[in-house]
Amino acid sequence: MNIPAIDLVLWVISAWMTVGLLGIVALHKFALVSRIFFPIGALAGLVLAIVAIRALGSGKVETKRLALGLPQLPFHLRLDALSAFFLLVIGLASFGISLFAAGYFRAGEGTAPGLLCLEFHFFLASMALVLIADDAYAFMVAWESMALASYFLVTANHRIPKIRAAGFLYLLIAHIGAIAILLCFGVLQANTGDYTFANMRAQNLSTFWASAAFLLAVVGFGAKAGVLPLHVWLPEAHPAAPSPVSALMSGVMLKMAIYGLLRVTFDLLHLHIWWWGVIVLVIGLSTAIFGVIFASVQVEMKRLLAYSSIENIGLLFAAMGLALLFRSYGMNAFAALALTACLFHVLGHALFKSLLFLTTGSVLHATGERNLGRLGGLIRYMPWVAWLAFIGVLASSGLPPFSGFVSEWLLLQSFLFTPGLPQPFLNMLIPIATASIALTAALAGYAMVKFFGVIFLGQPREEKLSQAHDPGYFEKIGMAWLALLTIGLGLAPNVLLHLIDPVTKGLVGVGLSHRASANGWWLLTPTSMVRASYGPLYFLIGVASTCAIAFVLVRLLYHARLRRSAPWGGGHPWRNSRMQDTAEGYGQPIRQIFEPFFHLDRHLPKPEDTAPEYHVVVSDKFWEGVFMPIARATEYVSAKVGKLQQGRIAIYLLYSFVTLLVILLLVPMATR
Amino acid sequence: MTKVFSQFISIVTPILLAPMLLGWVNQVRAWLANRSGAGIFQPYRMLHKLFNKDSVMASTASPLFRFVPYLMFGCMLLANAIIPTLSTDLPLASAADAIALVGLFALARIFISLAAMDIGTAFGTMGARREMLVGFLAEPALLTVLFSASLIGQSTSLTTIVEAVAHKHFAIYPSLVFAGMAFILVFLAENSRVPVDNPATHLELTMIHEALILEYSGRHLALMEWTASLKLFAYSTLGIALFLPWGIAQKATPSSLLVALPSLALKLTLIGVVLAVVETFSAKLRIFRVPEFLATAFLLGVIGMLTHILLGT
Repeated sequence: MNIPAIDLVLWVISAWMTVGLLGIVALHKFALVSRIFFPIGALAGLVLAIVAIRALGSGKVETKRLALGLPQLPFHLRLDALSAFFLLVIGLASFGISLFAAGYFRAGEGTAPGLLCLEFHFFLASMALVLIADDAYAFMVAWESMALASYFLVTANHRIPKIRAAGFLYLLIAHIGAIAILLCFGVLQANTGDYTFANMRAQNLSTFWASAAFLLAVVGFGAKAGVLPLHVWLPEAHPAAPSPVSALMSGVMLKMAIYGLLRVTFDLLHLHIWWWGVIVLVIGLSTAIFGVIFASVQVEMKRLLAYSSIENIGLLFAAMGLALLFRSYGMNAFAALALTACLFHVLGHALFKSLLFLTTGSVLHATGERNLGRLGGLIRYMPWVAWLAFIGVLASSGLPPFSGFVSEWLLLQSFLFTPGLPQPFLNMLIPIATASIALTAALAGYAMVKFFGVIFLGQPREEKLSQAHDPGYFEKIGMAWLALLTIGLGLAPNVLLHLIDPVTKGLVGVGLSHRASANGWWLLTPTSMVRASYGPLYFLIGVASTCAIAFVLVRLLYHARLRRSAPWGGGHPWRNSRMQDTAEGYGQPIRQIFEPFFHLDRHLPKPEDTAPEYHVVVSDKFWEGVFMPIARATEYVSAKVGKLQQGRIAIYLLYSFVTLLVILLLVPMATR
Repeated sequence: MTKVFSQFISIVTPILLAPMLLGWVNQVRAWLANRSGAGIFQPYRMLHKLFNKDSVMASTASPLFRFVPYLMFGCMLLANAIIPTLSTDLPLASAADAIALVGLFALARIFISLAAMDIGTAFGTMGARREMLVGFLAEPALLTVLFSASLIGQSTSLTTIVEAVAHKHFAIYPSLVFAGMAFILVFLAENSRVPVDNPATHLELTMIHEALILEYSGRHLALMEWTASLKLFAYSTLGIALFLPWGIAQKATPSSLLVALPSLALKLTLIGVVLAVVETFSAKLRIFRVPEFLATAFLLGVIGMLTHILLGT
């Protein structure tokens, strides 16, 4: 029983592809596809996670050549610690999401269940393939199949024009990114004509070309990750997609972009230039703040989560930028700390954001509503979904003792080390960066309280909500898996740090784990005990035991009873559920404070209106400022070019004739 | 053994003294307003009364609502347990550093806001929104304050910071001056004091904290009130630990506690007087001026960190 890990990964990938192809055979056999195929896909995900953990433990680098595709261009595959870590992310998240999908997809999704099964599993398989690809060719094939599979999944309900539009926007930006990535690989191979990553690693590029490759990678992978200003597809595509797909895209696919950027900047490029770090750091911070501010004012639950994903991607970029900065000054131990924060958050975010997207799926199916203004009070009718979402919300707000806090803590710790940087300008930048991270974390709490409070707490804002009920077993198990992992990750972060160790050792040569666990696995001490420590388990026991003691003491000492009655509400004689804060109302302080960020379209009722009407639409300034001008210019140019197309054969023959004449004229000139 | 004893003292002291600090502030406020006041033991009588009353709970309340008072109490108690008040020899302090302390306050804030939204009345949701508004500005401001201090102590562990500030040569740190100003603003906002909130008001348009706990009664309200006083105590002792730590004991021996306890009492008395004076001489801000107030605190905190880096001390 000593099969190489990379073979096992390939087995999982082919299992996913087989399951997908079986979906075509059973195109309309709904029960077969959902009850059998999707759980099999889930099991394959679990196997992948186990394989990845084993590969991380063994620390071996395995390579393989597959004679697939074009002749003379075999797929080079390679499994190292970085790939294994991201495979772990796919495996753990996809197990929960696939199980959920088994219960979720139903007849009315707009696409035949078998076809959904095909797209879903090819999506998973291509993501895994991206991670083990070791040449530009295999990478681009996998990357593009990932984009296409997810495009078809986003447009599952393609009869709705808005969903089609969202899908096209996604495809467009995905391809702008893909072009940049392709050009990046072109620069990296340095005219040798050999597109394997091994060859790229061996090249010694000049500062100019290395920077060009770096910038292309930032644009290319940034478009996929959704950093400013290429984020516009994210809040459109996520709400359009069915919820398990949104979960997979937001939780897992965005991380593929993080993987790609890590691969290029830390593995393929050897130059250490300080301003690379500054660029990534600044992009990350502005994306994070932008994302969280927009998340706070959204009135649609999946858009809110999509903007929250933009924020988290921003945090990941900030951590990566800091790691680049440290590495460029040779402070590899601190670079490892920042990278650890980044990787920890990659997994943490993959789990809690998938969980939150899945809960919105359950809410959507149970109520048919995605607008926050028509939800409310669901904790009474859907307790399972509500409490599981609660765990996701607490983790997403970065609260101890959940997983979101650990990565935030590690990130802030690595920022606090920056006074050691030898450049005054950077040292000035750091307090501002630290403060923006703190602001982002606090605002994330605001957005999440809005998300949870408006959907699950309070009184139902519509009559029909009282008919809502919890989903079936598959969905519950899928969400519970993600919730349990989120809790586990928060309580025992050292376990994951142990797995991250080989990754940071591979990228910057230093591992944190032995120091982080020096005082026991329950205490996280990234540098030294004196410097900083955090013990989530202690923390939980401290809060829980004081809670319990308070409860017991109050009960023992006092014997007052509990009565139920109507809410007091300040003693007003009548009230209804419409008097609660709406989602718009909850976002109002943010709209007021951060007004310059938004493009506001607001209509306020006047006192003399007989039918008063209020609406406010918050839109993104990047649309008007960046994308619409480009779109208008493109349309203008194509309208001009369109004049060439007259639609008559004679005219086209004339074009051919003129072209021929010009060529005949040019050829003698060139040959002379 | 002294470790456990020291930790025990640092948990019991806040529980017992916190209401008295609140009573003292109210008493001084009364004196300043030319009233005779109810005495510093009034909060204890209040708690006793509330614990003995039946609790009336809204029929729409979910389990979250019942659970939150206990959780709040637990959070604030843990916060007090990790802030070095009498000695810096706290075994629990290794579980949570300065960042985790801010996280703990944030946890409490999010739970109280969610509990207020749970009933679904207009006041509750309005209070929750305002509390989160104050919170998302005060939280980063508090973090920058703590970072200014941790840059001096080269550590985010509260005990290490306090030892660094207390046992070095007496020196004035310019960064701590800015941080101190920021801290005062955060202190007022986080404890729902004038000028951000008025603890004595029940006017719907002005209240924040009172709106949050409007639906609580009986023992739950008692726990909430006790929690509020524990929070005031935690912030006061945090301010003392960061900015006036002299006299704190390194080991919790009886003799060192003999010095630490009176000095803590003296400092708390002073803080109570200052708080009462500030509250008496300032007017409540409009709610939309509050962000400016807190943004000032945030910027002061950032300037504090910048000062440290520029001056290198």
